[in-house]
Amino acid sequence: MSHDPSSPEKLVYMANQIGKFFAPQSHDKAVAGIANHLGKFWALSMREKIVRHLDRGGEGLDPLVKEAVQHLRVKHASEFEYSGDA
Amino acid sequence: MSLVTEIDYGTPASKSDKIVTLTIDGIEVKVPEGTSIMRAAMEVGTEIPKLCATDSLEAFGSCRLCLVEIEGRNGTPASCTTPVAPGMVVKTQTPRLKALRKGVMELYISDHPLDCLTCATNGNCELQTQAGAVGLREVRYGYEGANHFDVVKDESNPYFTYDASKCIVCNRCVRACEEVQGTFALTIDGRGFESRVSPGQKQPFFESECVSCGACVQACPTATLAEKSLIEIGQPEHSKVTTCAYCGVGCTFKAEMRGEELVRMVPYKDGKANHGHSCVKGRFAWGYATHRDRILEPMIRSSVSEPWRVVSWEEAFAYAASEFARIQAKYGKSSVGAITSSRCTNEETYLIQKLVRAGFGNNNVDTCARVCHSPTGYGLGTAFGTSAGTQDFDSIEETDVIMIVGANPTDGHPVFGSRMKKRLREGAKLIVIDPRRIDLVRSAHIAADYHLPLQPGTNVAMLTALAHVVVTEGLVNEAFVRERCDFDEFADWAAFVAEPRHSPEETEKYTGVPARLVREAARLYATGGSAAIYYGLGVTEHSQGSTTVLAIANLAMATGNIGRNGVGVNPLRGQNNVQGACDMGSFPHELAGYRHISDADARAVYEKLWGVKLDKEPGLRIPNMLDAAVEGTFKGIYIEGEDILQSDPDTHHVSAGLAAMECVIVQDLFLNETANYAHVFLPGSSFLEKDGTFTNAERRIQRVRKVMSPKNGYADWEITVKLAEAMGVPMSYRHPSEIMDEIAATTPSFAGVTYAKLDEFGSVQWPCNEKAPEGTPIMHIDGFMKGKGKFLLTEYVPTDERTGPRYPLLLTTGRILSHYNVGAQTRRTENVAWHPEDLLEIHPHDAEQRGIRDGDWVKLSSRAGETTLRALVTDRVAPGVVYTTFHHPTTQANVVTTDFSDWATNCPEFKVTAVQISVSNGPTDWQERYREQAEQSRRILHSVEAAE
Repeated sequence: MSHDPSSPEKLVYMANQIGKFFAPQSHDKAVAGIANHLGKFWALSMREKIVRHLDRGGEGLDPLVKEAVQHLRVKHASEFEYSGDA
Repeated sequence: MSLVTEIDYGTPASKSDKIVTLTIDGIEVKVPEGTSIMRAAMEVGTEIPKLCATDSLEAFGSCRLCLVEIEGRNGTPASCTTPVAPGMVVKTQTPRLKALRKGVMELYISDHPLDCLTCATNGNCELQTQAGAVGLREVRYGYEGANHFDVVKDESNPYFTYDASKCIVCNRCVRACEEVQGTFALTIDGRGFESRVSPGQKQPFFESECVSCGACVQACPTATLAEKSLIEIGQPEHSKVTTCAYCGVGCTFKAEMRGEELVRMVPYKDGKANHGHSCVKGRFAWGYATHRDRILEPMIRSSVSEPWRVVSWEEAFAYAASEFARIQAKYGKSSVGAITSSRCTNEETYLIQKLVRAGFGNNNVDTCARVCHSPTGYGLGTAFGTSAGTQDFDSIEETDVIMIVGANPTDGHPVFGSRMKKRLREGAKLIVIDPRRIDLVRSAHIAADYHLPLQPGTNVAMLTALAHVVVTEGLVNEAFVRERCDFDEFADWAAFVAEPRHSPEETEKYTGVPARLVREAARLYATGGSAAIYYGLGVTEHSQGSTTVLAIANLAMATGNIGRNGVGVNPLRGQNNVQGACDMGSFPHELAGYRHISDADARAVYEKLWGVKLDKEPGLRIPNMLDAAVEGTFKGIYIEGEDILQSDPDTHHVSAGLAAMECVIVQDLFLNETANYAHVFLPGSSFLEKDGTFTNAERRIQRVRKVMSPKNGYADWEITVKLAEAMGVPMSYRHPSEIMDEIAATTPSFAGVTYAKLDEFGSVQWPCNEKAPEGTPIMHIDGFMKGKGKFLLTEYVPTDERTGPRYPLLLTTGRILSHYNVGAQTRRTENVAWHPEDLLEIHPHDAEQRGIRDGDWVKLSSRAGETTLRALVTDRVAPGVVYTTFHHPTTQANVVTTDFSDWATNCPEFKVTAVQISVSNGPTDWQERYREQAEQSRRILHSVEAAE
């Protein structure tokens, strides 16, 4: 994994990791779960960065994660369902 | 102030509900059935003379001093071994008893060096006291007969001496080692007059299996086993009850003092977590608090290449405040943050997150739980609704099956490890899931029923395979699941784990553990009675750490092992206040009491109290802060009590992040490794120098009490208050109790906590509020906090950290008994005698292939970096797996660990790193450079030199 934080590679990797956890769930639950997790646990600057990456084509993002990142565009942390602590 | 004294009832309390009435010296006594006469007498204040009896040990009946007469019975039975009976009439003092006791005492004293005036225990010696109690006035045998006066004293242990000439062979030390500690390191060697206590095979203490827990010293009624600090300083004159600052067990101690000098730490019998037991760290390893390396004056510098300049507190606070103001003005309000530590008190942690949220105006606050138990927070919070273990430690007394996953309690949590061993000796079954053969797999009188030595990184495959057996073999507790859990989610989960790909036969190819063992272990867990899971960082510090915690929760719910004594899911917290640090809102996404920062109602509570608007977006976690620093958007950090350069993964990346910041404030006892990159150093205070509370792994909130003035001038909470005020955040607390009052007023699960209550009860376990005013020992008794328990699917995703031709071995890391975390404290004590350096454990097969012999210097390389250390060839690790500790900065094991982390929490994957090992002839270039840089960075310019 790159250590260059200006590259979105690390965020893409992290987002895909989240995606892999939710992947066994049904499609809609998985997308919501990924979006919820990103919304509740990622700082706004990180969410904005992954959204910008998606806007540029979202290279490397798994399909479910791409769908979930779409939801980040319009929501703030308070609008996501919360479950669990980290 | 005076010494806190505890009554010794002579024998342990009976747990019977049935009450027996008897008469002792004409007084009617009512005690539980099974109580000894000795204890019953003490209950009404009659102290029967005794030497071999003490209430932490089972009755032994050897000293013949506690004899009594019982109406209707012949002879003079020992009161310690004789249980009470209904209607019994006992006399504790008669002419016959007096004569017998005197005779016994004469024999003891005839072979005892009468050097009382120069003896370390003078004034606090049970032999001396009992001689007085029985009225000894002469020794008819004289002192010229055979004796043991010339036996050479064993001073090999760094902390206590063994003077066999003073031994009365009461067996208390031997029994303490067996019954309390469970090490069986001591025995009575020889017969008759030759009988003496012998460590190991007639070895000096230091060379024996003794783990220096101090139980024998505490049990000794004479000066035979005595603390070296007591010998050097003298008897203490006052004491206070406080809480150990080492691991998450949270042992209670009496800090015994002479003036402001600590004489010794003695485990407190009424401590709810330790019940009077201790380990080598808490009992003896407190010398760091007065170590010469401690920094006692604040220091600043504008660049890390400059030497430190000693300044006044005012100048240090003003400089730090101006730098943070400058940075935020230049780079934005999100460009600064803070890290709290699990070594901080609850009150300190609360203040730091308040400073960040109310002062910095962001939520960039995190705690070192990020790198240890953050997956516990996520996993248990998601499954059960609370981010905490479900039981108290006492629960283990009713456990039938203990399952340990990725933990090494006898080293990491030794006092609880001893309780586990006791329960196992009583017959509980044991399942160990760990790549390494931890001591509990096989030690004195203990053998695990199943050891599943899985490949590092395959926890989820293993736990899902266990669940597969539970579901497919019909071992689910369906009544529990239907009543307590979301049944639809359970059904989805059951169908998932039942898939053949999750069977032990299929997962064996990942885990390397024979399917038969997995099936048998699953059956034992599900059907063996009350089953409890205890887990540690071998669960959490993986890329699937949170998934594993969820898998553990699934297994416990599916088998109904939640909500009563003897069962549960129990994270063994690494540091003393991991639980408290998490509780106090030091995560970037939540306020105290685990309320998400986006919760407008929760924010409103603090906005009203603090008079500021809070940011509603989650802040940066530690690794995110470091990434942002390298990126150039994060420029200032305040770190209290944490050494991220040594403790966090991928040292090169951590140092790059720190080096990219413009103001790093470190508050610590020592110039730790992180301080090499600091611009402001605020000297911290030890746990002996401040008031506050710690919360242990059982959610038990306990007082930390100040026993001496802070050597640096201020308690840590005062430093944060003054720094905050310099930064424009008013904090008017006069005592930590006022901070706790604010926590209680704003945090529902702490609503009933006050210092007055802690003083009254000794401790309380949260939730402590209107519903549970005296706290909550066992959680989820009638239902889960969140309503229904939640089952989640736990797909095994192999880590991306893979072995290959270049890095063919898997490194896993851990810690050992004598050291604590990065060793900043224990390395500055005599504990280094046991572990002077980190060693690399390697299997004989792997060692032979590489031409490595025991004790050779070896190079440990990964894709992240390389370091060198000495090899320890042992079959404790499996072929293909190597193991080391991270206690010494000269090794810096985290140079080789990678930046892979848990998917949910970014908890680092410390436990799996692909490595190669080769013979080496000394330190790497990096180690040499690091040592040079550290030396340069630690130069201190005092004010006189500065003026010149």
